[in-house]
Amino acid sequence: MTAPQSAHDDSPPAGPVGSGQPAAIALRGIDKSFGAVRANRQVDLTVAKGSIHGIIGENGAGKSTLMSILYGFYTADAGEILINGRPVEIRNSHDAIDAGIGMVHQHFMLVEPFTVLENVMLGAEGGALLSAGRAAARAELQRLGRDYGLNVQPDAVISELPVGEQQRVEILKALYRHCDILILDEPTGVLTPQETDQLFAILRALNGRGVTILLITHKLREIMAITDTVSVMRQGEMVATLPTRSTSKEQLAELMVGRKVRLELDKHPARPGPVRLAVRGLTVIDAKGVKRVDDVSFDLRAGEIVGIAGVSGNGQSELLEALSGIQPLAAGEMTLCDTQVSAASPCDPAQAREHGLAHVPEDRLRLGVVTAFPAWESCALGYHEDIAYNGRVLMDRAAMTASCERLMEQFDVRPRDATLTCGKFSGGNQQKLILAREIARQPKVLLVGQPTRGVDIGAIEFIHRQLLALRDAGCAILLVSVELDEVMALSDRILVMFQGRIVGEVAGDQADERTLGLMMANAHTQPGEAA
Amino acid sequence: MSAPQVALPRWIDIGLLPIVNLVQALLVSGLVVLVIGADPLHAVRIMAVGAVGDGVAISYTLYYATDFIFTGLAVAVAFHAGLFNIGGEGQAYLAGLGATLMILALDPYLPGIILVPLALVAAIAFGAGWAFVPAYLQAYRGSHIVITTIMFNFIGAALMVYVASDVLRPAGEMLPSSREFGPAAHLPPVHEILALSGFKTPSTPLNLSIVWAAACCVFVWFFIWRTRWGYAIRAVGLSPKAAIYAGISPQRVIIMAMCLSGGLAAGVAFNQLVGYHHKLLLDFVAGAGFTGIAVALMGRNHPVGIVLAALLFGALYQGGAELAFEIPTINRDMIVAMQGLVILFSGALAYMNRPWIARLYLALSRRPLAAEAA
Amino acid sequence: MEELGPLLVSVLAATFRVAATLVFCAMAGMFSERSGIIDIGLEGKMLAGSFAAACVAMVTGSPWLALGGAILVSCGFALVHGLACITYRGNQVVSGVAINIIAAGLTIVLGNAWFGRGGQTPDLPPEARFMPIAAPGAATAADIPLLGPLYANVLGGHNLLVYVAYAAVPLAWWVLYRTRFGLRLRAVGEDPKVVDTAGISVTWLRYRAVLIAGLLCGFAGTYLAVAQNAAFSPHMTAGQGFIALAAMVFGKWRPWPAMFACLLFGLLDAIAIRLQGVALPGVGQVPVEAIQALPYILTVVLLAGFVGRASAPHALGQPYVKER
Repeated sequence: MTAPQSAHDDSPPAGPVGSGQPAAIALRGIDKSFGAVRANRQVDLTVAKGSIHGIIGENGAGKSTLMSILYGFYTADAGEILINGRPVEIRNSHDAIDAGIGMVHQHFMLVEPFTVLENVMLGAEGGALLSAGRAAARAELQRLGRDYGLNVQPDAVISELPVGEQQRVEILKALYRHCDILILDEPTGVLTPQETDQLFAILRALNGRGVTILLITHKLREIMAITDTVSVMRQGEMVATLPTRSTSKEQLAELMVGRKVRLELDKHPARPGPVRLAVRGLTVIDAKGVKRVDDVSFDLRAGEIVGIAGVSGNGQSELLEALSGIQPLAAGEMTLCDTQVSAASPCDPAQAREHGLAHVPEDRLRLGVVTAFPAWESCALGYHEDIAYNGRVLMDRAAMTASCERLMEQFDVRPRDATLTCGKFSGGNQQKLILAREIARQPKVLLVGQPTRGVDIGAIEFIHRQLLALRDAGCAILLVSVELDEVMALSDRILVMFQGRIVGEVAGDQADERTLGLMMANAHTQPGEAA
Repeated sequence: MSAPQVALPRWIDIGLLPIVNLVQALLVSGLVVLVIGADPLHAVRIMAVGAVGDGVAISYTLYYATDFIFTGLAVAVAFHAGLFNIGGEGQAYLAGLGATLMILALDPYLPGIILVPLALVAAIAFGAGWAFVPAYLQAYRGSHIVITTIMFNFIGAALMVYVASDVLRPAGEMLPSSREFGPAAHLPPVHEILALSGFKTPSTPLNLSIVWAAACCVFVWFFIWRTRWGYAIRAVGLSPKAAIYAGISPQRVIIMAMCLSGGLAAGVAFNQLVGYHHKLLLDFVAGAGFTGIAVALMGRNHPVGIVLAALLFGALYQGGAELAFEIPTINRDMIVAMQGLVILFSGALAYMNRPWIARLYLALSRRPLAAEAA
Repeated sequence: MEELGPLLVSVLAATFRVAATLVFCAMAGMFSERSGIIDIGLEGKMLAGSFAAACVAMVTGSPWLALGGAILVSCGFALVHGLACITYRGNQVVSGVAINIIAAGLTIVLGNAWFGRGGQTPDLPPEARFMPIAAPGAATAADIPLLGPLYANVLGGHNLLVYVAYAAVPLAWWVLYRTRFGLRLRAVGEDPKVVDTAGISVTWLRYRAVLIAGLLCGFAGTYLAVAQNAAFSPHMTAGQGFIALAAMVFGKWRPWPAMFACLLFGLLDAIAIRLQGVALPGVGQVPVEAIQALPYILTVVLLAGFVGRASAPHALGQPYVKER
């Protein structure tokens, strides 16, 4: 593949990848520590010019830190960075942009109330007065849209754009600043499979025009689909760099974790029992008057896992909030273990727990624990009025601490210190603690949101096994996750949500990515039928 | 710049840092004194002697500290719920109205042993009530409690001027005030109690309300850290979303915390009106509400720290009175400025000191510090 | 009861004069808060500024130097606030409250030490103040019924700083919405991370915002001590810094709506003062303390009727920490 000459490149035209050109990026001996935690250890990375290079590693492996150093958020404690063969010092994002690096962040760097044009111009306004640069910016946006197929409305407000278009604006921002290296950090978390394909087509087009692409992801499938070369990080170290076509998902998974990994789960067939949660016509309206959940109906039975698939932002979060009692219902009703809940007779989270509901929230840090509380106090979150924890006036600290220690033992939470503040536990351990707390009282219904987001592979396996065991013991579980693999692996039935409505239902063992992906984009014409 | 928060031993966070903050405030105050043309060291000596130099001075210091314990506890309780209650001044003021009305209505009829507690109850009710409206507006309308409580301070002041000038003023009295309370409504001063046991001490304003202050400290400690209501308050203050998730209603907690706060501030009225002046006066709170903010911040919102900080500020006040007497160019508002400086250094500039103290500690102990996990 | 015509003129004229302080402070607060820094310290900066203005005017006899002095002092406090909030990432509300208390104490201590009289500064002669400026041709126009007095007393006849206050509003609008600096300022109050990744310094942006607030509070202070009145008295700001904040919140952090909110306060204040001593039907004479409390009650009512979270700059009050 011969890459055409980039407009800003003074060196001779780029030949085939690996043809002796200076590498687009060369990192040598990058070291970065945060206190006692060594996030990057002597990391070397060489990204060939004009290639699509992937970096894979599980959560906590150090890929985000490495990219943050490359984009100027942190300065490495040791090591050097060479861009196109020249050593550069990247002290802030300004230096990174000057070096030709553009970045598409996992959580978009867009100002929500601003328009597309304002977001693209921010930092490259072209003069002290906005009027000067606006016309030029508009023209340039049009040109980029034509050349790369990235069409956007310059005057659209970001908060009103769908997520896929917002990501396009992110890419345009980088191109507007004439980057010849584009880094994408976990870009597909918010896309349907079809939108992911579209993104990859755009990336290939960019690559064809000479842009070097660096793709950071934890998804093996994506690495295999689009990259030329892949580097694997594990626990802060770069453990391998291989041409993609010479490796496999299994080999990469093993390199990521350091041992053989079972990519399949042992799942017994489901034996659904009586209906524990019956939802009819549930509607949730947000503070701005927008319908977030629109007339949703389904049943959840004991002993089954129902998964809700869908790109984030289509009402799943609001559905969980309504079911758990955090948000009131605007219309419709639900029957939770023989208790009717509706707009007229609402149920708050405390009452929901009394009726046998438990909830592992999506936002672990803000809802699931109080990060400043010690573990033994967070273990009582939601249960602090429990008779086991309270005397007539005072709380029973000893009972709370003992209970916490028991839970930590059962779920192998480390460090095994009930007095440690929750914020100091790793993501995986926090999640295990929350799950332990919620299932300790043998709930009849369990709501789980994003159970393994930001969690290391060992904990992921553990949590998945726990959920299956819980389901086999007769609990009714509703699982919401943006990880399609997780939903497909765990669920007995899968419901797909799009713009607040349920647009499709598939049996767990008959689900495939293609069909689900079409449903998630509401492009499937025959919902419910297997492909 | 992303410097991680280094874990320092607790005694530094709780003990050393507040002292460093105080020293910084004193240094800046010393500068101001220099600018006015006085000698800072001389001023400090006068203040120290004035505050603790003899039994009378200590007694006065304790009398001032009593007020600051009440207002410090009030601010601290609100802080635990994530609220900044600047309205202690107005809440204590209105509490005085409550105590006054109760006493004026009942002092001919009831003995002190019933009347005094009733007056306290009325004071607490009025103080809590004056905190209720800003609390309700914050909880249910999102109105910023800092602005509303400040407004209520002004409104309260206007109301009290009206009441003391036009409603309660006895005929023939020039100054706005109420009539004198009957002898039943007097809270015994400490020097009288000591006299009963044979210790003859000079007469000072220090009275039994200090016992109530101590009781409030114990109560707050148990309430905030040992009960489920305190758990709810702390959860709301640290993470409102987690509190909702846990089935706690932030609105109810905000109102509970603020009313408790107002009720604690009412102790100032108990000390000043029932314990010393024995009638309603204008501006008897005299800025104690704002001192409470400094006390709570220095005391890290914990009753033990609050008592220590209150004693310190009591000493500053008493010493400041002596200072204003000896060096007329430094008037009592110097203490107000110092308070502001303490609030600045211990509240706003709190993180300024941690880096260099951490380095000093590291160098002195030559032990590697455990960093908090990212 | 006065005649309606002259009453209207006098009320409107008073409205503009009273609201001028609020307009300066509201614009100041707007710049600071639009960049994400809560500014409760408007009151303190204004108070310190008015003291500085009175002192400088006393010593030099020049209102312009007084203005300079006020701006210097107010910006000094603003820098302290910036240091606490931006560099040291402290609690922004606490910082503002601290500044208010420090200013309240220091102004009286220094005032008492330098001038005696418990902190009140001596009255300033007219040459040292900003005096009312007659509108051109006001004398001849005065005879035209209604329009004449309106021209002479409502449009004209104010001191220079009143005009500056109202000119500051369109200027603020232009800076905020038509310049690169304004775009970046609004961005940093919504999402500082975005600004940082675009290669712009969040710190420098916020410091400039805080300094602009200091500048405008200096104007407000000068107006109080050297234009509207002729001296500094202890606590002379009387809560106007907070009322301005409420007006800004009510105006959803935008220049023109905030200005109208300030004018509303001014109008109600002007009307209330004229009710002093007047017997209202059914109520009798309103106690003077109620009239004094009216602006504060109105502030509470405004804040109560307005659920403001949705319009505040998104990152308001959150210190920016580079964190992953």
